[in-house]
Amino acid sequence: MNLHEYQAKALFRNFGLPVSQGIAVDTPGDAVEAAKELGGDRWVCKVQVHAGGRGKAGGVRLVDDLDGVRDFATKWLGKRLVTVQTDADGQPVAKIFVEEAASIDRELYLGAVVDRGSRRVVVMASTEGGVEIEQVAAETPEKILRASIDPATGPQPFQGRRIAFSLGLEGKQVNQFADVFVNLVRLFQDLDCSLVEVNPLVVTGDGDVHCLDAKMNIDNNALYRQPAVAALRDPTQEDEREAQADEFGLNYVALDGNIGCMVNGAGLAMGTMDLVKLHGGNPANFLDVGGGATEEAVAEAFKIILSDDAVKAVLINIFGGIVSCKVIAEGIIAAVQQVGVEVPVIVRFEGNNAAAGLAALEESGLAIATAASLEDAATKAVAAAGGGP
Amino acid sequence: MSILVGRDTRVICQGFTGSQGTLHSEQAIAYGTQLVGGVTPGKGGSTHLDRPVFDTVSDAVAATDATVSVIYVPARFCKDSILEAIDAGIELIVCITEGIPTLDMLIVKDRLDTLGTRLIGPNCPGVITPGECKIGIMPGDIHLPGKVGVVSRSGTLTYEAVKQTTDKGFGQSTCVGIGGDPIPGTHFTDVLALFENDPATEAIVLVGEIGGTAEEEAAAFIADNVTKPVVAYIAGVTAPPGKRMGHAGAIIAGGKGTAAEKYEALEEAGVKTVKSLAEIGNAIGEVTGWP
Repeated sequence: MNLHEYQAKALFRNFGLPVSQGIAVDTPGDAVEAAKELGGDRWVCKVQVHAGGRGKAGGVRLVDDLDGVRDFATKWLGKRLVTVQTDADGQPVAKIFVEEAASIDRELYLGAVVDRGSRRVVVMASTEGGVEIEQVAAETPEKILRASIDPATGPQPFQGRRIAFSLGLEGKQVNQFADVFVNLVRLFQDLDCSLVEVNPLVVTGDGDVHCLDAKMNIDNNALYRQPAVAALRDPTQEDEREAQADEFGLNYVALDGNIGCMVNGAGLAMGTMDLVKLHGGNPANFLDVGGGATEEAVAEAFKIILSDDAVKAVLINIFGGIVSCKVIAEGIIAAVQQVGVEVPVIVRFEGNNAAAGLAALEESGLAIATAASLEDAATKAVAAAGGGP
Repeated sequence: MSILVGRDTRVICQGFTGSQGTLHSEQAIAYGTQLVGGVTPGKGGSTHLDRPVFDTVSDAVAATDATVSVIYVPARFCKDSILEAIDAGIELIVCITEGIPTLDMLIVKDRLDTLGTRLIGPNCPGVITPGECKIGIMPGDIHLPGKVGVVSRSGTLTYEAVKQTTDKGFGQSTCVGIGGDPIPGTHFTDVLALFENDPATEAIVLVGEIGGTAEEEAAAFIADNVTKPVVAYIAGVTAPPGKRMGHAGAIIAGGKGTAAEKYEALEEAGVKTVKSLAEIGNAIGEVTGWP
């Protein structure tokens, strides 16, 4: 789950991380009031969306009068922001974050991730503030400083100081950075994050270390024990169909092809998409219907797949493990009748009771084509959707 | 011979009396697995499926001499259950559960490595030595005792590989599902080392998927250490970057973890790769010369 910057900064503040004063608003009038309340004569207005690249897309502006604040809010609220990280439609803008402007002397990068290779939380820092860490890793990997967190001891100030000296920080900044380092990892661990980024972390004109941006991703599997964070979820930033699928325990990811796929098991679902592509077709989605593949799950899966107008055929690929293909066939028959499926449906069964399942589909009198093998299923689905490229 | 588990392996089940524990324990017993008891805190002293139930894993180990524990408890209790099994001296833990918080697994993995305990999973179908011992949720009847070792990050893809090698008559020595999580207990390289040293295993099927670098590490390990023929399939060539494809670990992050990179690494290591998952069985025939 992703958080907005204004939400992440509120959590940062709880963990003693230095952030600017700011107020999130949803009308131009409130934006002006927020600027007045914050005081001063320069503010940064930031569009709140779940995507990076906001600055380059015009979603961040430094303004020095109240009219500028109002203009920015009027321009963006209710619109969509398209950045390099969004799709062509962009993300809806429902909130603007108005923040007191900070003076910037240096821009640095600080981030923490779960590193799969070393099986540790790893903190990364670099002098290349404002640049994406992937780009730094690709172009100048020697500039990335790392510290690995031992699960038994947690983050230690010496690890922070070591990075601070390597970044060329001096005087009070060294201990300030060490505090930021320790508190950032505490936040990461206490709130079950999968990623935290401060890009940029800045040294202000007064020589203080300061978090200018804040990005947090939370481990979905841990939301049950993070109710306060879970309450910050913003469904308007998520793909509608993916969110709907999630409610029914289905895993769905939209793609841009025309062959809908319904498969049990995440690996087999990816394998089925790849097979469609290999046979000259294009998958419209990833969909893991789960181990049970009950009638309800299959019906919901059909509804979600068919809500994509591009879908010209649906390929169902089930490997019956514990669950019987006969039971799944009955679920498919009921779901096809209930949902009113009008595109060709091709079914491949393997495993538990596969033959009986296929026989039940053929006897149903519904326009469901059965396939004898994986290759046969993919070939038939590609043909039904209008052939290869 | 086989790896990890065999006909004499004594197994207990944590979460024994729950619905998942009951269903899959019944099937394991029917398959012939030496399931010698189970653990459900508060139900110690009772019997379930004609086997004794214990309050703690230590009690179960003391009474049954079990060396393996299979875990079917809900994700939020898994860290505790795995650490309890480690503490009780269990040698091999098999955790089927999906959805364990990643930070829990970092703590668990550190403990496993410190004490030298092996964990298969989580988020996996389990491990089976066909005809001898089935631990997990895989359908027993698609397996055939034989000579192909199967190791995979995906459940149903494992079943596809198994079915194809059964249909060809090759059979399997042992099949290990290492699971689809970003922090698994056991890695491809661990299982490849076991298969390389197992006389019953004559060829290996490796089923990977997008995300992480486990396949690249496997490729390097194979190049240096594995003399047996290996066939590899990687799922997710068509997966878009930045999207989690069902499994917690199946995500192309920062442009890294693509199927193309993994295929390239494996091919450079001399592994026979297949782009269609329907070709796994045929490819094993090709690399071994088996009819």
